[in-house]
Amino acid sequence: MRYVVKKIGILLLTLLLVSFLAFLAFQIIPGDPAVKMLGTQATPEKLSALREQMGLDRPMLFRYAVWLKDFVLGDMGTSYSYNMTVGSMLSGKLPITLTLTFLAFIMIVVIAIPFGIYTAKHKDRKLSKVLNAVNQIMMSIPPFFIGILFTYFFGLVLRWFIPGGYISYEMSVIRFIGYLIFPAIAIAIPKAAMTTKLLKDIILEQTKLDYVRTAYSRGNRTNGVLYHHVLKNAMIPVVTFLGMTLADIVAGSIIIEQVFSIPGLGRLLITSISNRDYPVVQAIIVCIAFIVIMINFIVDIVYRILDPRVRGQ
Amino acid sequence: MRRWNKDFNFYIGFVITGVVLLLVFLGIFYTPYDAEAMSAADKFAGISLHHLMGCDNFGRDIFSRILKGSGTTLFIALCTVLIGVGIGTIIGAITGYYGGWLDEVLMRFNDSVLAFPSILVALVFISILGSGKYHVIIALGIVFIPSFARIVRGEFMHYRNLDYVQNAKLMGAGDIRIMFVHILPNAWPVIASAIIIGFNNAVLAEASMSFLGIGVQPPDPSLGRMLSEAQSYLFRAPWYAFFSGLTIVLMILGFALLSEGMKRK
Repeated sequence: MRYVVKKIGILLLTLLLVSFLAFLAFQIIPGDPAVKMLGTQATPEKLSALREQMGLDRPMLFRYAVWLKDFVLGDMGTSYSYNMTVGSMLSGKLPITLTLTFLAFIMIVVIAIPFGIYTAKHKDRKLSKVLNAVNQIMMSIPPFFIGILFTYFFGLVLRWFIPGGYISYEMSVIRFIGYLIFPAIAIAIPKAAMTTKLLKDIILEQTKLDYVRTAYSRGNRTNGVLYHHVLKNAMIPVVTFLGMTLADIVAGSIIIEQVFSIPGLGRLLITSISNRDYPVVQAIIVCIAFIVIMINFIVDIVYRILDPRVRGQ
Repeated sequence: MRRWNKDFNFYIGFVITGVVLLLVFLGIFYTPYDAEAMSAADKFAGISLHHLMGCDNFGRDIFSRILKGSGTTLFIALCTVLIGVGIGTIIGAITGYYGGWLDEVLMRFNDSVLAFPSILVALVFISILGSGKYHVIIALGIVFIPSFARIVRGEFMHYRNLDYVQNAKLMGAGDIRIMFVHILPNAWPVIASAIIIGFNNAVLAEASMSFLGIGVQPPDPSLGRMLSEAQSYLFRAPWYAFFSGLTIVLMILGFALLSEGMKRK
């Protein structure tokens, strides 16, 4: 319990630090936000009025405090490019990106665990060697290239889906998920390949250890040793890796959204960076950062549940 | 130097990387066509003896553009890794060798940066600096510092307590000399394999950023941007996307196999 309280403390501190860095980063940018909003033709009186209204004449730490308070209360500022609040631009985007991330994650687990166990268990079979070679290649293909290949083969040649024909989850949840399947596979393939290799290597490493020999000498069969003893130990580093991967998948979906024209957080982020729409960029970065930190926090907790040796420390 | 038992992976990786590097080297001095030359007659020309990989939407020779584009990608990756390794080694050496509060503070900061996907941190830098080749190098270079610093720090912490280092100290060697003459050569094999992995990540990150249109800007050809342009003409000229993507895959695969081959002792 004390551990969890301590962890939550560190979590809050990290969130604070990250939010401050995100705030600071966008303060260093040369140029005056007031000029950006009103254009270079604006009169000095109008500019100074807007600066006062935006609080730009106050000291930085004060502005940070105000910004943080507003942010926590859900007011993330106003977009420079569109006359909309950032909150209204972000709403509805987060579920899309999170669904994509979740689907990709499930696929990684579903693909990697059976393949990892199979290639470790039958490491001398021809099929395993073929799988290992394919795996090595899969690891090297960037997700956006897989996405483009999918668009060509499944979209244009086989016509299994309509490229760019995104369907909103408000219209049909099933067709929404159906459209996200291919992007999710594109994100999942390289990561699943890495996870497969990691799991295989760890299982093979573990089977050389003394406890495995002891387990055999007590009369266990191969499957019993593998599933009851080895896999339990092998899962610990795999969970750590999957946790790290989850953060990468969030980043990966930013790119994949571009390939499949999915109007999620990533697409908004890229357009906002190109338009230099800093309030939107800042809000998305902070949102993604929060998601990543929360994921790390959850992985830490799961890690302790899985590994009793860490629990006592 | 640790002796590497060079296996099958290593040889394939060596051949792939060798061919890619040779082609890039060739591309600096010679390309079959001018990479920028447009030709209305050759618009979407297919694969032929004249155009080994066909032509793009402006009738530019894709093979020539890939040669130039690979060069750009490799140049960016090289600069990025140099920045990351250079500064990362210095930070890692100092924090690992001296330890203390500076080490604590820097490593906490390091860990929180490492927790984020590198492409995301690079995107923050790009949105502040603006896009373009040199900005990508700066952004990715900074992003890569923490991972190298962490690896070098681990090595230095291991070596600083060994007898030979203590001996050198007793003989009056200065800290800087111990760090860079006595410890660094021993840490080299670990740093070398980190460099190869870093190189791969840099290629992938550059390609992703150019693909998103916020990396290398026209007229510089870049593999990532070619791929994103090719996406619009996927139906008319699938080879455009195929060859651009394949080059990225070969680059990454070659280095991955090399590092895999080196790892197996």
